[in-house]
Amino acid sequence: MKISIKREFEFIEYEVDMSDITLLEVLNEIKTKQDATLSYSSGCRSSVCGSCALRVNEVEVLACSYKVQDSDKVEPLRNVELIRDLVVNMDKAYEFNTKSKAWLEEADNVLSLTPEDEKLNELQSDCILCGSCFSACPVYAVNGEFLGPFSLTRVWRYVSDKREDGVKSKIDNIQTNGVWDCTLCDGCSVVCPQGISSKADIEKLRAKSSQFGYMDPSFASFGGGFGFDGTPSF
Amino acid sequence: MIKKSDVLIVGAGGAGLVAALKAKESGADVRVITKEYPTRSQTCMAQGGINAALGNVGEDSVEAHIKNTLKSAHGEADKAMVEFMCSEAIGAVEWLDKIGVCFSRTQDGKVAQRRLGGASASRACYAQDYTGLKILHTLYDRCMAEGIKIDSEKYLLELIKDDIGVRGAKILDIRSGDIEVYAAPAVILAGGGYSRIYDKNSTNSTASTGDTIAVAARAGAKLLGMEFVQFHPTALKSSSILIGESARGEGGYLLNSKGERFTNELLPRDEVSRAIDAEIKKGEDIFLDIRHLGEKFIDEGLPQERKLAKLYENVDPVYELMPIRPVAHYTMGGVEVDKNSKTNIDGLFACGECANHKVHGGNRLGGNSLLEIVVFGAEAGKNAALYAQSQDIKEFSEDIGVSTSKVLEDIKKYTNEINFYIKKEELGDIFYENVGIIRDKERLALARDKVLSMIDQLPLMGVSDTSKVYNTNLVEFLEFKNMLDVALEVVESALNRDVSCGAHYMAGN
Repeated sequence: MKISIKREFEFIEYEVDMSDITLLEVLNEIKTKQDATLSYSSGCRSSVCGSCALRVNEVEVLACSYKVQDSDKVEPLRNVELIRDLVVNMDKAYEFNTKSKAWLEEADNVLSLTPEDEKLNELQSDCILCGSCFSACPVYAVNGEFLGPFSLTRVWRYVSDKREDGVKSKIDNIQTNGVWDCTLCDGCSVVCPQGISSKADIEKLRAKSSQFGYMDPSFASFGGGFGFDGTPSF
Repeated sequence: MIKKSDVLIVGAGGAGLVAALKAKESGADVRVITKEYPTRSQTCMAQGGINAALGNVGEDSVEAHIKNTLKSAHGEADKAMVEFMCSEAIGAVEWLDKIGVCFSRTQDGKVAQRRLGGASASRACYAQDYTGLKILHTLYDRCMAEGIKIDSEKYLLELIKDDIGVRGAKILDIRSGDIEVYAAPAVILAGGGYSRIYDKNSTNSTASTGDTIAVAARAGAKLLGMEFVQFHPTALKSSSILIGESARGEGGYLLNSKGERFTNELLPRDEVSRAIDAEIKKGEDIFLDIRHLGEKFIDEGLPQERKLAKLYENVDPVYELMPIRPVAHYTMGGVEVDKNSKTNIDGLFACGECANHKVHGGNRLGGNSLLEIVVFGAEAGKNAALYAQSQDIKEFSEDIGVSTSKVLEDIKKYTNEINFYIKKEELGDIFYENVGIIRDKERLALARDKVLSMIDQLPLMGVSDTSKVYNTNLVEFLEFKNMLDVALEVVESALNRDVSCGAHYMAGN
């Protein structure tokens, strides 16, 4: 089986005598037996640490859960700084979690939560921060400061949490470069290895924003954005 | 440039992040470094739960938790430390609940609990089978809320010491290849365990290479209980992917090739592992059967396991048996610490799997490791902050900033005649075979000789990648070097203990 891997300047082809196997196992085989300079990230090999996200044939996957096909083309994630081969710098992407204030605002509100409450953000709290959604997001082509899919999912994870008392300030914080900048293309949902839909979470955050008097700024500019009492103007 | 802080924490898993939060809360200026990223640590792989005698689903008591923990420890635990951990457990889970961990819930709105092996009650609080992931990510979010600085992809080379004690650490910036100095009067090691000395015969992340233990030992820290390695009974046979304890706790069966049950599945991990090992030595293949638990239960309680069994073994546990075998899962040994999480070196603290707080003794109970990282992570954080505040930061000696590393200089001179990746795999197989579930003097001595000869051969195993930028070949070599040091400690400790105890099982003794 042959696969091509994006190295410093071009795709390099590697041949391995393996089949029905994950991409991570193939990368390990190449690194340990053929070319020790190949650089990639990995960790748990069971799809929970989020280290090994990359792109195969231009689609984001986790190397540890993708079964390799002959002539696959392997590349690093997009929208992030490339360090070497398949390794990217996730620092800036993760900083959007901080900019989004993705945490419990009022950390001492202990409530009794039911299994139904648990279901409200069970899926969102499965996020492994692999960055697949971030790489697949087309908004970064035009706005590098977009808070982005995983950070906004993380905001919804806390906004939907019954223990959160500071919902208003969370919503206030995601109006600029946030919920309204998403194109709702759903590219993030398609590539999420955990089955999370950031698009759906962003829509829920938009609905919540509306409850607090916010509206889509592009819509507001059409209609002039008047007539709103005490709400921020754009 | 020297980066200064009151407290430096090496490792950003659960233990390191709890330590960071508590040190900050105690007024210290904190820096955390990790060789990965904070959410990628071993903690994210913990599935089963975190023990606390909340009694949310049936009767339980702190006394029972203490009793179960001490029994599993086989006399090797410190009773006062176990009492402290089990008493603090309730507050620890309440704190996690307060900062937003998405625990599974009971119908009456409490944190749900399930029974794991060796426990007399349903004591493990869980979040589906993502308990560690959800705790770790919530801790990370909390650290961001508190403005704690976490530097990713920094590899610990050595500790810096002077007459007073530890003064900081020398770090390899993996991205740039530069050597950096982090100066701090208090350093907390939280770098995880060493299960990967068993290489592919381990459930762990490839990062569990015992780095902080090896570095601490080189700096003169005492290690304790290194021979105690827990083998988890149910890892997928070909990939060593963990099938969590809850699969058995909730009623899964272990079967041999004849389809017969051969042990009580709810015994502690060491006993179940030995029962499986005995069957395998008889030539049996061993399977975990959870078919009777039903698709709904499996999808709700064990979703990761179903996905991974399909991916790695091509079996769907809803309809088929999962082939399994016991592999290295958790290492009880580590840097010896006192009740303040302090090592024998002034200013040096340790917590999490790299430390030995004498609470697991010869064998850890399921659900006690997530508990340990929260309870003793907090102690390490508080005590390191207290110590740092008692130190005059101006007392740093002048030569602390030297940005060269002897170990890296030496490695540059190593030739590349032997592929260390092959040797790493060999070490894992030698250890699985000879320092594994059942041990004897002869095979332990053989393993020791093999480790010593690999250490001798290191200068022939140099790295072939000469890049300064993001050289994983170099980092993996440094990890292998640490693993050899740790492996030697493990096998020597094992040789020093003639009589079986917990996970250290000597044939015939």
